[in-house]
Amino acid sequence: MERIPILKMGEFLLVTIQVDMHDRLALTLQDDLTEQIVKWRARGVLIDISALEMVDSFIGRMLSNIANMARLLDAQTVVVGMQPSVAITLVELGMPMKGIRTALDVEKGMHTLRIYLANNGRNRDGDGSTTV
Amino acid sequence: MAPNTENRLHETLQKNGQSILREWIAQQSKTSGRPMSASQEKQLEGECREFLSVFGQAIQTGADDISRPEWKGARDFLTQLSASRARAGATPIQTAMFIFALKDPLFAGIRENEGDSKALAEAIWRTTLLVDRLGLFTMEAFQKTREEVIARQQQELLELSTPVVRLWENVLALPLIGTLDSARTQVVMQNLLEAIVQTRSDIAVIDITGVPTVDTLVAQHLLKTVAAARLMGADCIISGIRPQIAQTIIHLGVNLEDVTTKATLADAFAVALKRTGFAVTRETRSNGNAG
Repeated sequence: MERIPILKMGEFLLVTIQVDMHDRLALTLQDDLTEQIVKWRARGVLIDISALEMVDSFIGRMLSNIANMARLLDAQTVVVGMQPSVAITLVELGMPMKGIRTALDVEKGMHTLRIYLANNGRNRDGDGSTTV
Repeated sequence: MAPNTENRLHETLQKNGQSILREWIAQQSKTSGRPMSASQEKQLEGECREFLSVFGQAIQTGADDISRPEWKGARDFLTQLSASRARAGATPIQTAMFIFALKDPLFAGIRENEGDSKALAEAIWRTTLLVDRLGLFTMEAFQKTREEVIARQQQELLELSTPVVRLWENVLALPLIGTLDSARTQVVMQNLLEAIVQTRSDIAVIDITGVPTVDTLVAQHLLKTVAAARLMGADCIISGIRPQIAQTIIHLGVNLEDVTTKATLADAFAVALKRTGFAVTRETRSNGNAG
């Protein structure tokens, strides 16, 4: 079955959407992503949509949902690489996606996440991390 | 007996062609009100001569409906003529008189050739109808060209008025001038978003010093632009809010709370520098005016 790959990069997960999203795929992605966040105890999720040329309200809602789910699991989501036409479409659709962090590309998104996590440094109970 | 009349008109044109041409030109230079230069007169004569020849050809076929293919030559000529006159800035009257000045000499020619008073009235009536139709056609072509000119200027205005300026590393400015309508907002938004991608900017300053009035629609357009930029990962600062505009925005109940706003572009720039981690310092010179 078709799946969207989720790459683990340190404490972040990187999701690159390169195919047309449809209901089934979106649901699978939600399943996989929530599982992976828990499994790797990820602190941030980067969703790269630079390959998406078109969006509709479905994709907009899906992105919001994923961000909210990740937040419940204590991971921050950044949507990166949105095309200008996509941004205009979302705004015209009345979905300004408040509450979702955005960045121009993966690099900047990573930077945003790091800054955010540094400012809101969480201490996981029983994390056992070697903080100096 | 329509074909008959048209044939007679053609005969008249054949016979009195030269005098009609001469009188026609004289009539036009009289109505134009200004003495023409020699080159203008020559050009006018060429145009008149050419029109008379295509007019004669069309008349010869006997059709009096100018939308028929027989009249294509005359129609094309008139379209071209009124287009060039519209571009040259001629008034509608000047353009229309090109055709309507033809009436007098034509009638004179017909009067000379028609003996019977009934036939004369009939011929003059039909001729006047024909010339009127040609005149209206000319005006329509003239108007069309003017509208094309206006549409082109609107387009140019749209392109001219939405520059995106790079203020600093990763800081863009968008000085808006003139009223914002939906079409312009679209262009502004597109330009801004493309510039954000190109320059990888984090902050965009939208300066509305040049926007004369802000109503709910304009405010909504502004908020849309800000939201779209945010989706691309860039923060927006709205600057150049004049006192009256601040009052209007509050009276209208527009919610600009989620957006950073500053009174002047300088203030916005200072904020942008601070956020990107730059600082402006004045260099103190020790060798200067001390002493």
